[in-house]
Order: sequence, then structure tokens, then C-alpha cells
Amino acid sequence: MKRSNKPIFWSLFGAGGMLAALVGPMLIFLTGIAAPLGLVDMSYARTLALAQHGLGKLALFVVIGLFLFHGCHRLIHCLHDFGVPVGPGVKASFHGFAILGSAAAAVLLFAL
Amino acid sequence: MKAYQRPMAGWWHRNPFYLWYTLREASALFVTAYALVLLAGLARLRQGEAAFDAWREALASPASLGFHAVALLLVLYHAWTWFKVMPKTLPFLRIAGRRVPDRAIVVAGLASAVLFSTILFVMVKA
Amino acid sequence: MRTIAIECLRYDPETDAAPRRQAYEVPFTDDMSVLQGLQYIKDYLDGSLTFRWSCRMAICGSCGMMVNGVPALSCETFLRDFYPGPVRVEPLEHFPILRDLVIDQRDFLAKLQSVKPWLVPRQPAPGEKDGFLQTPRQMDEYYQYSQCINCLLCYAACPQYGLDSKFTGPAALALLHRYNADSRDAGKAERMEIVNAEDGVWGCTLVGYCSEVCPKGVDPARAVNQNKIESTKDYFFRFLKR
Repeated sequence: MKRSNKPIFWSLFGAGGMLAALVGPMLIFLTGIAAPLGLVDMSYARTLALAQHGLGKLALFVVIGLFLFHGCHRLIHCLHDFGVPVGPGVKASFHGFAILGSAAAAVLLFAL
Repeated sequence: MKAYQRPMAGWWHRNPFYLWYTLREASALFVTAYALVLLAGLARLRQGEAAFDAWREALASPASLGFHAVALLLVLYHAWTWFKVMPKTLPFLRIAGRRVPDRAIVVAGLASAVLFSTILFVMVKA
Repeated sequence: MRTIAIECLRYDPETDAAPRRQAYEVPFTDDMSVLQGLQYIKDYLDGSLTFRWSCRMAICGSCGMMVNGVPALSCETFLRDFYPGPVRVEPLEHFPILRDLVIDQRDFLAKLQSVKPWLVPRQPAPGEKDGFLQTPRQMDEYYQYSQCINCLLCYAACPQYGLDSKFTGPAALALLHRYNADSRDAGKAERMEIVNAEDGVWGCTLVGYCSEVCPKGVDPARAVNQNKIESTKDYFFRFLKR
């Protein structure tokens, strides 16, 4: 039987899932509800300062990257669960999407 | 002999257990979408103050608030199910020779989430 | 005496194109199991109804069926809990139906054999001239997995097995783990090929329903998912083993 390459993607899925479980809800609340309603300060100046700080860059990269890998891995399984055939092409597209998104985040953070 | 194979179509809504599982899996859609929202925000940040402020205004729209409200609920459900299931991914843990019950692992996970979320909130609010 | 309607899935491979339902009115007492209801049907109402059973005390694993859509052992599922009914009895989900309530188990039997469900004995230690020694804690590591009665309720519960029957499945993987976790066993390396395969532990998405329905507390979901970590360790550290 051929050895599966799942361990790579499962590890990323697991890390992303753990991160999303620990801070996902709070992040969504802060950036998507509290900040737009004026309850917390997410001004350009403050956010730029975060994105320019070394640890801030790392945090943003890790959150965006791991959330993408977690989500894409699970979505592949969702498709399979709903009876949609999932071949290597589909898997590559989803994982590729996560890689592209992570790369985009890295490029943006590097430039800021 | 002609054995009969039953179709799988619609399996996910035939049993409440499967429905909750499907909801858990569907949370991934919102985790992905939220990551893309953050990525969009980063791109706007790069473009300068005017662009970033426009993105923040979009976040205040009813559609965006609605999306984030739903995302919050589903990612909370993800967190809940994640810690409920965590003991199954770990080998039997022992402290001073006694088995650590699964419930303790779940509680520890949930408590960590509350702790980290609180720290994050305090850091942002300050 | 009260009666309850038991609706059975019927299928005769020689005459039916597809399964059909047949309802029977069965007199019952509070102590009667679904199995006893089926036996009443066979003895007094319809001798052609075909189903597997043996011990009638939840240890042989023969009488697994879907009762109102839930995998259950018919010998320890009671008619009184479904009154006034009807009680829908169908063969275990995800398996091909051979006839009426009887399914084709051969795929599982092949999977079971493939995991080498026997002790591959390790080298005895100096103090073990008269046989292996095992502490209660060592037995605790694998005991629950050894309780499997091969009833296949977990396969009926597992949608991944239903979607792709190439998946090794809960019970086979739980038994694989039972031997890997036994301190007397040295066969882990031989079993890793199954563990590491796409249809090994990686076919599982931790739905967890298998552990819910298991009548023996085996917790196959745990056995499978613990081995995802083992498989990951094996994947990344295999080059260090040389």
C-alpha cells in the first residue's frame, strides 16, 4: 500500500485548528464586530504599527496561513463527504490556494 | 447472487449526529473566509490610509457584520467540538500513575481558549 | 397483551430488483428484545424472514442491525423503548445486502486479516523464562480495544466507510492498535504500512459515531486517531531510523 502524504497537511490542519479554537472566536469578534462598531481601536495607525512590528508580522502570517491550511484541508473532506469526487487535481488546487494565500500574506507583511 | 448496495446520497442529514458533524465541518468555510478577510485588510493596509479606512467602513456594513456574526457562531462551535474531540487524538495520559480522564483534557482545552482569548482582548483593548 | 409494529426490510436476491418493506404486528412483553420480536415473526408469522443471531447476550456480535436508523445489537435493544412503534429494522448500513437483514461481511474479514490481529511476540526479558509478564498498567493500554466483538456496528456508523469501502475501517484499525499497544507484541513495524496508507488511518475524519454506537466501549475513534500521530511521527522521522 502506498504511503499517504496526508501527515504534512494534517499537521498544518491540526495547528490551524488548534489556533482557530484558541483565538479564532475572539479574533473574529474583535476585528469583525467590535472594531467596526467602534468598541476597539483598529485605526490605520495602530494596525500599521502592529504589521510593522516583528512579532506582529509573525502573528498575522501565522494566523492567516494556518487558518487557510486548516480551512482548505477540511473543505476538501467536505467535498468528499458530499459525494463530490476529489482527485489529486482538486486537492492540489485547495492546498495550492492555501499556499498562495500564505505567500501573499508573507509578501504583504514583508513590504509593510 | 445479486447483493444489493444502498446509495449514500443524503447520508449527512439522515441522523442528528451526522448533521452536527456536517455543521462542524462547514465551519471550515468561515475559517477560510475570515483568513481571506484578514488578507484583504493587509492588502488595504499596504495601499495606505485611505484604502484601509475604506475597508474598515466596509466592515461596518450590515452584510459584513452579519457574516462575522455567523462566522463567530460557527468558529465557536468549531472550538467546542475541537476540544471535545481532542482526547481521542492523544494517547492515554497519566499523572502520578492515575489515568487523566477525558473530561479533564476537554476542560483544560476550553480553559486555555478562554485564557488566550482574554489575553488577546486585554492586549487589544488597552 | 400489547402489540407493536415491526417493519423489516426484505430482499430476496432471486426475485427482487430492490429491497422492500414488510410490517408485522408482534405481541410483546416489556422484557422482549428486538431480536425476540424478529424470532416471533420467524416462528409464527413469516418463516422466510432471514437474520443472523446467536448468543442473545451481546457477546457474539452476530445480531447487528439498524433499528430506527441507528446501528444496534438487536438482542440488547428493547421493544418497550419504541412503543407504540413502528420499529424499523434494516440490515447494517454500508454493507451489501445478501438477503433480508443479512449483509456481506467478507470485506471486513479481509480487512481484519490484513492488520495481522495476533501477537507477534517480542523477545522475552531475562525474568520471563516461563512466559511474558505484564503489569495491570500495561494491560490498561490495550484492554478496551481487546473488547471488540466484531459486530460491525462501527462500520455501519462510519460514513467514510460508506462513501469508500476501501477504508480499512474502525474495528480493523482498533484491533490493529490493540496489538501495537500490547507490551508483549513486536509487530508494530509490520502493521505500519496499513496505518500509513490513504485508506488506513487517513481515511478517517473523526466523525466519532463509531465510538458512540460501539456496544463494548472499544472507542475505535480513539484507536484510529491516536495512530494519526503515530503515522505522522513515522512520516517525518523515518529517515532518522536508519
